[in-house]
Amino acid sequence: MTIGLVLISLMMGGIVWWLFRQTINVQPWVAQSVVAQAGADSVPSPQARVALWVFLGVVTSLFALFVSAYAMRLGGFSDWQPLPRPRLLAVNTALLVGASLAMQWTVVAVRRRDSRSVGRGLAASGLLTLGFVAGQLFVWTQLRAAGYFASTSAATAFFYLFTAVHGAHVLGGLVAWVRATTRAWREPDAPGLRLIIELCATYWHYLLAVWLVLYALLVSGELGVAICSSTPL
Amino acid sequence: MTTHVAHDESDFAPPAEVGEVELYHPKSFIGKYVWSQDAKVIAIQYALTAIGIGLVALVFSWLMRLQLGFPHRVAFITPSVYLQLVSMHGMIMVIYLLTALFLGGFGNYLIPLMVGARDMVFPYVNMLSYWLYLLAVILLCASFFVPGGPTGAGWTLYPPQAILDGTPGSHGGIILMLVSLAVFVIGFTMGGLNYVVTVLQARTRGMTMMRLPLTVWGIFMATILALLGFPALFVSALMMLLDLTLGTSFFMPALVDKGHQLAYSGGNPLLFQHLFWFFGHPEVYIVALPAFGIVSDLISTHARKNIFGYRMMVWAILIIGGLSFVVWAHHMYVSGMNPYFGFFFATTTLIIAVPTALKVYNWVLTLWRGNIRLNVPMLFAIAFIFTFVNGGLTGLFLGNVVVDLPLSDTMFVVAHFHMVMGIAPVLVVFGAIYHWYPKITGRMLDERLGKIHFWFTFVGTYAIFYPMHYLGFMGVPRRYYAFGGTNFIPDSAHSLNAAISIAAFVVGAAQMVFLYNLAVSYFRGRPAGGNPWEATTLEWQTPDTPPKHGNFGKELPVVYRWAYDYGVPGVKSDYIPQNVPPAEVPAEAWVGTAQPTGA
Repeated sequence: MTIGLVLISLMMGGIVWWLFRQTINVQPWVAQSVVAQAGADSVPSPQARVALWVFLGVVTSLFALFVSAYAMRLGGFSDWQPLPRPRLLAVNTALLVGASLAMQWTVVAVRRRDSRSVGRGLAASGLLTLGFVAGQLFVWTQLRAAGYFASTSAATAFFYLFTAVHGAHVLGGLVAWVRATTRAWREPDAPGLRLIIELCATYWHYLLAVWLVLYALLVSGELGVAICSSTPL
Repeated sequence: MTTHVAHDESDFAPPAEVGEVELYHPKSFIGKYVWSQDAKVIAIQYALTAIGIGLVALVFSWLMRLQLGFPHRVAFITPSVYLQLVSMHGMIMVIYLLTALFLGGFGNYLIPLMVGARDMVFPYVNMLSYWLYLLAVILLCASFFVPGGPTGAGWTLYPPQAILDGTPGSHGGIILMLVSLAVFVIGFTMGGLNYVVTVLQARTRGMTMMRLPLTVWGIFMATILALLGFPALFVSALMMLLDLTLGTSFFMPALVDKGHQLAYSGGNPLLFQHLFWFFGHPEVYIVALPAFGIVSDLISTHARKNIFGYRMMVWAILIIGGLSFVVWAHHMYVSGMNPYFGFFFATTTLIIAVPTALKVYNWVLTLWRGNIRLNVPMLFAIAFIFTFVNGGLTGLFLGNVVVDLPLSDTMFVVAHFHMVMGIAPVLVVFGAIYHWYPKITGRMLDERLGKIHFWFTFVGTYAIFYPMHYLGFMGVPRRYYAFGGTNFIPDSAHSLNAAISIAAFVVGAAQMVFLYNLAVSYFRGRPAGGNPWEATTLEWQTPDTPPKHGNFGKELPVVYRWAYDYGVPGVKSDYIPQNVPPAEVPAEAWVGTAQPTGA
């Protein structure tokens, strides 16, 4: 639970810092005739972007707790039996990195108002992401064929749990991707398109970061804490 | 600074908030009242659903008290049924009633109105949030009708017993419970995103964070706690569900059950307790912080005096919220965890008393020499202070490891948490309903019935939970169906139990007066007018009562002051609404030092 505790403390620290900025030198009981805002010249962030960041905070809390649970389950008991490391995971990781890069390329394209490149970028990132999901499912089939089920050991259980929860978030991202693609297809010059693609990119980068952490937990067998051993599958 | 009043758009600095938004326009009755995207309608849907399921839990508490006060008189309350009643009562009251009512109900109604917004920022997601909540409630209710009935594992659902044979509802009941919790968390996250982003991004011009009414601050911080804490409940529910259905061993150790070795091995039941209480303790403050905020506003409004120490109140809310994440293991002193943890968690737990006491002092100092109007909302607010202090003080007992060990799992704990997070927030719920009912319906609740409801509830709950502390000191255990011929429990304890039960029936019956009042006043109540309490906050300044869709008519209000300009010296009326510019404040006489603008 230490991991969760540290993370929550960091988040709360951020909130305290933000509130400190809101409250320092403010006298709320003073009425003002002219309504002026501190930092009024800064452009307000779109609501959807703030909402995405708040949501990413929630998802971070979720994954941090899963990882905490993993660390605690691992630390307390000596029955930990790693499973072989599926080689395909490296390929899947590469696909997800590719999807994230394609998203970033699409953001650059939409900022240049290059609608042809936007379409290509979206298609590429979508295909790469679908490839990642398919790859993860294939890893599951491989593991099942090799006789590693969720109930086999704690390590397999965490393997399936981590990949499933991450995969579910990727699938959720694909829903947003479908909406972005439809919008780009129907009205490539719509003013909201840039925002929705930027948000998609943020979400893709975030899920890539989460996956890299999970991947490290899954395969770093040399550290002796991993879910997978160094034996390849 | 000049004191001219600007009505011209160009005079205002560009708002950090948003301007007009395209509103969703319902086309039919169903679109307006059923699949509604209006936060006010969603709020009422949330509130009615929560109160409905809360009444079920109230009946459960009657049945429990029937068994405890008058053992074995009712045939159908078997030991299994008793455990199921305990579990469902706790789960419903904490999550499906209080959390949903404070955040889904009051949050949805008050946030947009109080910050000067037309609606929540994502109305469609807000609507989904309610329907997922309703689905969660339906799943919960469905567990009453599956074979084996609902789970009887206690509201904490500790494994391994929660999913083993022998615990009531260990198959269908627990599955439905866990799925219902997961759905609730997803639904809540949708609503919670709305509340947070609306407070951050949709405030009207001039409504700085430090001009928000404390109600909004309380709900806002509680939502942040819930958004960070509920994932822990989700994680624990999901992993237990996998233990149950797929046979994983996250929480389940190697076990022998009825002579058979089960397939589980190596799981860690303590892990579940950590995860559960990582959510469970912030949950106390998810319920308490909105109550703190609302009670601050009730006291200030009805004492006609500004809130004492506004900034301190905001900081106290934040510090309580932050600390609530580092105290969870004080629920686990007897779990066999490392004793050094106990030392750490006892320290953090006792530190929480500091910001909480600050708030109590500030409420009392707000009342000090105020022009107190002792109407029903104010009665409930004052009753809250008493009850919260009582419940909080026993919390100081239980926060110490050495005191907790003998008192753990006794009726003392039951008395403590009912006082502090049951009765105290419910008193605020009642006060808030008496306070805002006139805005929601346009009619006043009956004052006389309200006072009857208040005195029976206030005195009655003390009659229930005060003696329960003594039962705890005697060592009467909680969760027990019957006490048999236990030597250390004297006869007097049994008669005390009977008295508590009678008090519980009376308090329960008094709630029917409240429901009657709600129903009858809707049709026959005295018309309230726009601002019956002469309050300053924006929801009382709407052009229509009840507010129409879009809340504020053609133009959003502009805010010039904080929410607590009551009894400002040198001003004719004893309150100045937040949207009144300084130049338009009618002055009694020019008093140099008491210039209302302060600019």
